[in-house]
Amino acid sequence: MDKYMEMIRIRFLMMLAYRTNYYTGILIYAINIAAYYFLWSAVYGGRPSMQGMSLEQMTTYVAISWLARAFYFNNLDREIAMEIRDGKVAVELIRPYSYLGMKAVQGLGEGLFRLFFLSLPGLLVVSLFLPLQFPEHAKTWFAFALSLLFSFIIFSELNLLAGVVTFFTFRNEGLLRAKRFIIDLFSGLILPLSFYPDWAQRWMHYFPFQAISYIPSMIVTESFQGAAARDGLLMQAAWCIALLFPLGWLWRAAKRRLVVQGG
Amino acid sequence: MNIIEVEQLRKEFKVHRSRSGLVGAFRDLWTRRYTTVRAVDGISFAVKRGEIVGYIGENGAGKSTTIKMLTGILTPTSGRIVVNGMNPHQEREKFVRTIGVVFGQRSQLWWDIAVQESFRLLKKVYRVPDEQYDRHMGEVIEMLEIGSLLDKPVRKLSLGQRMRCELAAALIHNPPLLFLDEPTIGLDVLVKLNIRQFLKQLNERYGTTILLTTHDMSDIEALCERVIMLDEGKIIYDGSLETLKEKWGQGKRVAFTFAEATAAPPLQELTVGLDVVWKKGEQPNIWVAHVPSGGVPEVVSRVAARYPLQDIRIYEASTEEIVRHIYEEGAVHG
Repeated sequence: MDKYMEMIRIRFLMMLAYRTNYYTGILIYAINIAAYYFLWSAVYGGRPSMQGMSLEQMTTYVAISWLARAFYFNNLDREIAMEIRDGKVAVELIRPYSYLGMKAVQGLGEGLFRLFFLSLPGLLVVSLFLPLQFPEHAKTWFAFALSLLFSFIIFSELNLLAGVVTFFTFRNEGLLRAKRFIIDLFSGLILPLSFYPDWAQRWMHYFPFQAISYIPSMIVTESFQGAAARDGLLMQAAWCIALLFPLGWLWRAAKRRLVVQGG
Repeated sequence: MNIIEVEQLRKEFKVHRSRSGLVGAFRDLWTRRYTTVRAVDGISFAVKRGEIVGYIGENGAGKSTTIKMLTGILTPTSGRIVVNGMNPHQEREKFVRTIGVVFGQRSQLWWDIAVQESFRLLKKVYRVPDEQYDRHMGEVIEMLEIGSLLDKPVRKLSLGQRMRCELAAALIHNPPLLFLDEPTIGLDVLVKLNIRQFLKQLNERYGTTILLTTHDMSDIEALCERVIMLDEGKIIYDGSLETLKEKWGQGKRVAFTFAEATAAPPLQELTVGLDVVWKKGEQPNIWVAHVPSGGVPEVVSRVAARYPLQDIRIYEASTEEIVRHIYEEGAVHG
């Protein structure tokens, strides 16, 4: 466990190594949310609510979605692809740890850093200007934290899956980019899923994407309450477990196929 | 006791062959042609505890592939490997605790953070107790003279400084077996000497077994009693460096500087029956005799008795030349 904690610490150090990135990160976050706020106020155009959500709820939804994204988002797929392309994966495999496990922990380190040092300050800045509506119940916050953790696990599992595919194809930037758009779109980050047509919503039930962003955001805006929140969490947990199987299988096959590039 | 045991080890890669031209590129979209390349082709050898073995061969001979199989990175296509009593690939996480690896061409330190942070992380990764770390690494840091580099980020180090830090990083858990894949590539003479001396001390002090690949024959001469030579995935020589030199040294060259210009015929007549080949030197009064091993004293005494001489110089074929010769021939005879 020690080594994983140490890896989180190292990730923090690496993120802090470039200060400019850090400050611009906060700014970008604030601008992003402000832009969505103006977009949505135009869409609402004075109407009190759409799809059962008020403008305040919508703004909060957007702000929280981006806050959550800062935590669950990582580039593990690209990191793996890069390590395979330049052969650095060899160095990782001579270390006494699980390659995928260590990658996931690195993602966690990065996520925690962004959550506490980028998004929360950014959210504070934004809340000075925009009407945000945060829940008052401790239970909601607890459910949200749990939900966020599940989001991270599911997102990372998908990323690791996409990354491991590189063991077979060597080049898959196209696949990785497609995966990123699909997740942003179908996870409910850009548009809450309740705004999608019914048939699309039905289909999305069969995919893990909504478990990434939609469920935590609905929980924190209290659009999901009681049984709905519980079902959402259960569904996330189920995906966390279900995705482990293809990942384990693909990883075993990948190790046999590994070719180390460049001598 | 054998630390490394390899039997009939083989590794094949499927290589995708692209067709030429635009039409070929379109056809490649649908069907791809593959060829199987045997990078390592049925090699067997064993290494005893405390040995320093040089693993040499041309580029693409299969050295790095062997090392990657021995360290558990690649899965062999067939054959048996036992290193430190384990199967490297199957028990990878447990196995890699017992080895140290340095890849000369890749860094295993974290680029953006200070060297000591990398060390600290590795110390945790290998679960090295503080007391053991302080004692052992204190020595390593002192021997490699890297104490003053520890608080610098890796990206600010020169290649020589970085390579010494890499070596220290590979030794954090004081492994009984060390793999070095071209550890001196691109380094200046002083750093090379420092690293060689360090490896020798390490071997004497801790009995560390070392397997190294290199293209620099002076590394081999300075460190290895035993050499394994590889060509096209097969072992073509496995034995002591001395024997290799004797078999392939092909005698010596003796350069005579005569007091006056002389010609070939009288010289050939003089050394008749000694299997000597005379070649003209850079000046009319210099002649070079290629003499088979053991024949040098006789040739020198005959020439010196007959002609007034200004100078005699004796050259031995360097390991470098011998190895180049073997690469060109592609096999070790006899």
